[in-house]
Amino acid sequence: MLIIENLQVKLLNKELLRHIDLEIRPGETHILFGPNGSGKTSLLMTIMGYPQYEVTAGKIWFNGEDITHLSIDQRARRGIGMSYQRPPAIRGVKTRQIVEMCAGNPEIVEQLAERLNFSDFLDRDINVGFSGGEIKRSELLQLMAQKPELALFDEPESGVDLENIAIIGNAIDELLERGHLPRYGKSVKEEKESRTRMGLIITHTGFILDYITADQGLVLYDGVLACRTNPMEIFKQIRSVGYEECVRCGCAS
Amino acid sequence: MRMRELDERARAALNKAAALGEDIDLDSFLTDSPRYEKIDDLKRLPEQDRQRMLMAGIDTDGRQRSGSYLQKDGSPVFSAAFQEGLEIVPIKEALERYDWLVDFYWNLIPVDMDKYTARARLNLQNGYLIRALPGARITIPAQACMYIETNGFSQNVHNIVIAEEGSELHMITGCASATHVARGVHVGISEFYVKKNAKLSFTMIHHWAEDVAVRPRSACIVEEGGLFLNNYISMKPVRSLQMAPVTSLVGKGAVARFYSLLAGHPGSELDVGGRVILRAEETRAEIVSRSITNGGTIIARGDLIGEVPGVRGHLECHGLILKGGVIKAVPELTATAEGVEMSHEAAVGKIAQEEIFYLMSRGLTEEESAAMIVRGFLNVEIPGLPRPLQQEIDRAVELSRTEMM
Repeated sequence: MLIIENLQVKLLNKELLRHIDLEIRPGETHILFGPNGSGKTSLLMTIMGYPQYEVTAGKIWFNGEDITHLSIDQRARRGIGMSYQRPPAIRGVKTRQIVEMCAGNPEIVEQLAERLNFSDFLDRDINVGFSGGEIKRSELLQLMAQKPELALFDEPESGVDLENIAIIGNAIDELLERGHLPRYGKSVKEEKESRTRMGLIITHTGFILDYITADQGLVLYDGVLACRTNPMEIFKQIRSVGYEECVRCGCAS
Repeated sequence: MRMRELDERARAALNKAAALGEDIDLDSFLTDSPRYEKIDDLKRLPEQDRQRMLMAGIDTDGRQRSGSYLQKDGSPVFSAAFQEGLEIVPIKEALERYDWLVDFYWNLIPVDMDKYTARARLNLQNGYLIRALPGARITIPAQACMYIETNGFSQNVHNIVIAEEGSELHMITGCASATHVARGVHVGISEFYVKKNAKLSFTMIHHWAEDVAVRPRSACIVEEGGLFLNNYISMKPVRSLQMAPVTSLVGKGAVARFYSLLAGHPGSELDVGGRVILRAEETRAEIVSRSITNGGTIIARGDLIGEVPGVRGHLECHGLILKGGVIKAVPELTATAEGVEMSHEAAVGKIAQEEIFYLMSRGLTEEESAAMIVRGFLNVEIPGLPRPLQQEIDRAVELSRTEMM
């Protein structure tokens, strides 16, 4: 379970996030909306532990532990993972190496890559010359190997072509255990109750909502969480009247 | 007659400082050393020597090599070729055996270039002729090792490598010093001839000691359809190294590719260049260097000169400062004809924090992340290089990298 209490964050002396309260319970997936520059990526980077995002007040708890001041790798080892929007390219480091390292088991790498239509990229330098869509598949592949308890997605569908969007959508759906088919002799209800994976997904276009269900939608506006309700409802509202209404409608606390 | 003329020119240059690099006082080194007996099997070498040679890529079991040359100080102690079409002869013997060889001797490099070339002529100890006969495919690498056994020794060698028409030759040379050698100087003259449609790959691994000065002087000429692939790896501490090999692509479609992996250590200075002159149509050149430093100074130069329309060249100098030190990248491009396509890419800096954080978010510690990035940085894939040679390079790099980090 992730609990964020009254979080306040600065980057280069500029306040980016204020009074953030957020709770993601085991099995829950939340969708984070917000206009450009509202602080969505900053919130994900802060949860992941990027030190340039300075926590000036508040706390982040993960599975009962205060992780506010843990390093990135300590958080990764506790089960937090992230799919980046613009990850760095690292020359000479092969995608395969990283995926193997995430999986801790080289044997499953090929199979995972095949599912994402990404086998041809395993022996390429990570993110070097990758298109927007290729980056998203590479990020997702790493997360699928890493299997984090809490997965943070920064615009997982941006730049992905139509051919691959279903692949990505369905893979995220599976990673977050959002499936709605009875499996392994379990009923759908039992399946749902046995979910433990948590997700926090930033989306701009909302396309991802065609593939995954979510429990909660949130709007981040100017560094403040301004609205929480059904994600489809938020998305429809944003699509028709934009973000201003989100604030004006009085959801802002 | 020719030798006399060379001697005269060399004598006139005995005190001529080189254009680049620290001026080494050659008189403060020994020019005499014991004469070492020839051996008939590299396996007979003392274990300690074999270990040092192994670090420089020399396989004293000889199983993966088509031939070997080993010189200890000034004495050639082993020289043999095990594959038909391959010739390995100590240079002094070769100059006596072949009248024609004199035309290849001091042909590409002026004997009076500087005091080091002058020494290598006036106090020539030995060196090798390695030659692939026309059409011979020497795909199993031949190896040569220049070994300094005596502390304070000044080793002067002259090598001539000829890949005759249509041949293919892969070579690895390892230069190393015995564990008890702290100080020394190595002057190595190398003249490479890549004939029509021949392919020569030359991989040199240096494994010297902290107070050794190294002055290689090399040049290469590549004829029509020929390929010269030159790899240089110097990852161990060395006091002063300066070299700037010159390659001329004189025949249509000739190709030269240079790859260097350099590591600087406190107190060391490496000045490694490479010039390729593209003199014929459709010639191509590539110079790639990767430097890391822990406190030493590295100057990575690259120089391409395009003299004919349509030739193509690319330079790439990348440097990473790990813990102090200086890296200077000096890329130079000169075009003297229209339609020359040449480019360069130079980047010097420290490991990008963003890359470290990225790997940390996949579960690696900060140190593990840095190690993975540096390993990647030094992981240059060299197309056309036989696997065993790539493995030797990877091993030399990995050993030193782990020591440095």
